[in-house]
Amino acid sequence: MKVIFEKPKSLEDVTFHYCPGCTHGIIHRLIAEVIDELEIQEKTIGVAPVGCAVLAYDYFDVDMHEAAHGRAPAVATGIKRVHPKNVVFAYQGDGDLASIGMAEVVHAAARGEKITIIFVNNAIYGMTGGQMAPTTLVGQVTNTSPTGRDVEHSGYPIRVSEMLGSLVGPGNSMKRVSVHDPKHIGQAKKAIKEAFINQIEGKGFSLVEVLSTCPTNWGKTPVEALKWLEEKMLPYYPLGDFSPKEGV
Amino acid sequence: MNKVLMKGNEALAEAAVRAGCRYFFGYPITPQTELPQYLSKRMPEIGGVFLQAESEIAAINMVYGASGAGARVMTSSSSPGISLKAEGISYIAGAELPCVIVNMMRGGPGLGTIQPAQGDYFQATKGGGHGDYKLLVLAPASVQEAVDLTIQAFDLADKYRNPVMILGDGILGQMMEPVEFKLTENNELPVKEWATTGKKGRKKNIINSLYLQAEKLEQHVNRLADKFGEMEAKEQKAETYLTDDAEILLAAYGTTSRVCRKAVDMAREEGIKAGLFRPISLWPFPEYALQQVLGRVKGILTVEMSLGQMIEDVRLAVNGKVPTDFYGRVGGMVPTSRDVLEKIVAFREVL
Repeated sequence: MKVIFEKPKSLEDVTFHYCPGCTHGIIHRLIAEVIDELEIQEKTIGVAPVGCAVLAYDYFDVDMHEAAHGRAPAVATGIKRVHPKNVVFAYQGDGDLASIGMAEVVHAAARGEKITIIFVNNAIYGMTGGQMAPTTLVGQVTNTSPTGRDVEHSGYPIRVSEMLGSLVGPGNSMKRVSVHDPKHIGQAKKAIKEAFINQIEGKGFSLVEVLSTCPTNWGKTPVEALKWLEEKMLPYYPLGDFSPKEGV
Repeated sequence: MNKVLMKGNEALAEAAVRAGCRYFFGYPITPQTELPQYLSKRMPEIGGVFLQAESEIAAINMVYGASGAGARVMTSSSSPGISLKAEGISYIAGAELPCVIVNMMRGGPGLGTIQPAQGDYFQATKGGGHGDYKLLVLAPASVQEAVDLTIQAFDLADKYRNPVMILGDGILGQMMEPVEFKLTENNELPVKEWATTGKKGRKKNIINSLYLQAEKLEQHVNRLADKFGEMEAKEQKAETYLTDDAEILLAAYGTTSRVCRKAVDMAREEGIKAGLFRPISLWPFPEYALQQVLGRVKGILTVEMSLGQMIEDVRLAVNGKVPTDFYGRVGGMVPTSRDVLEKIVAFREVL
């Protein structure tokens, strides 16, 4: 019998701990498919974050390093500088990357560090139970913005891809994708693959911001959550390529 | 080999290179900045990497990554910067990775001053970061000793898979002394099968300090404790000076021990039988060596550039058998030998 669909080699054969309807599982799978297709499983080193994906080291079947909250780009830098011929990626959420770890990601990008970061933006802190993130939308209710995010009090959500794209030179790549439907999942995979290739070709720093859902902490069903992502997040976080085209 | 005249910070940097360290991640802070400056020139000459990080936090996390990847790696800083590194040091110890961390102490708390101090003894020996872990802490008293201990530090870090701290101060970092770089016979670096190098030909490696099940974390921490116990048994190191007949024993480390050595000579000239006990390893504290020199000792005067931190370990080691006293200067002030002598005389009168 011909196998036409199977679990990627680079994913462990274990059950994810993610909530029903959470899109981390899809994003994990896309990364593993890309690693398989590029035939880099044996030379890839992943860096796991603190947040919902803290156990990513149990899910990817590649060498893994668990970082402290926000520090994944610095840890990945250390690894990549020791093994420049290996492929190093970090997987980070929005609290991890855009709040506590903002300095680390900005400077890894500014150095043109040849690493790939998969940045999962679901507009909320998931693991700690639904607090406001730097990416929480204006008016969005969370456990620490109970009347909705108020710009007078907390300012505006941070658009990471645009920000990073504005401060670095050519060779670095910043793209925003979404996983709310099959068509966009296909586009997300393409962007992730290009981000790995950008590193393999030695061009520079690559980040793929993946808009993602958190049905549990958004208080929605999985289907409602996908719809909310499409209707509420896409207008504020437009999809596209924010890579710098010229030197700054 | 001929001796060369070098500044402490630069000699220590060169010692790291001689020990096979090829990766350095750091951030400028007085009074240790000559160390990264030296390596920014030296590392590229030998195919190594020097990287100035965006912060001490990033630097220690780069060390964490590089160490996990199997490298001999070092970072250096001074007191406020070490506070920032504390989180990363805890992770490195928790994940059982080797590295060398240099702290050229300055006055604190807070921004304090850039002048020398020894106020980070507690931070270095009792924790600093969160959780149950220990650093091997070595305290050189000369530029030559800084060189020798740095070379040893890399081997100890690899042996125990644990961070080792070189604890100096602004004087040690800034002063120039003649040094010799002794060639070690064994230049082979240990094979690190646990490192993240890509899983070719083996199962994947994971560098981690997370154990969500309480039973598993307890097992892990108890295993670390066994390792720390082995260090306590094997790695205590101290030097003694004129202790055989000493009635007044000075206890001091690093720069302060040099002041105290002179004070011992001055006391002897006045007919006072003084001696010096100098811990070289601060953790583990050399309690066995201290207990061995207590023979005729009537009192121990601990001298530090702090409000009194190491004195707690001195007291624990003598366990009430000998009276203790303390003399310290803080804020970047360095005690003089004459000050110490006066304190010896006063202490002797009350014994």
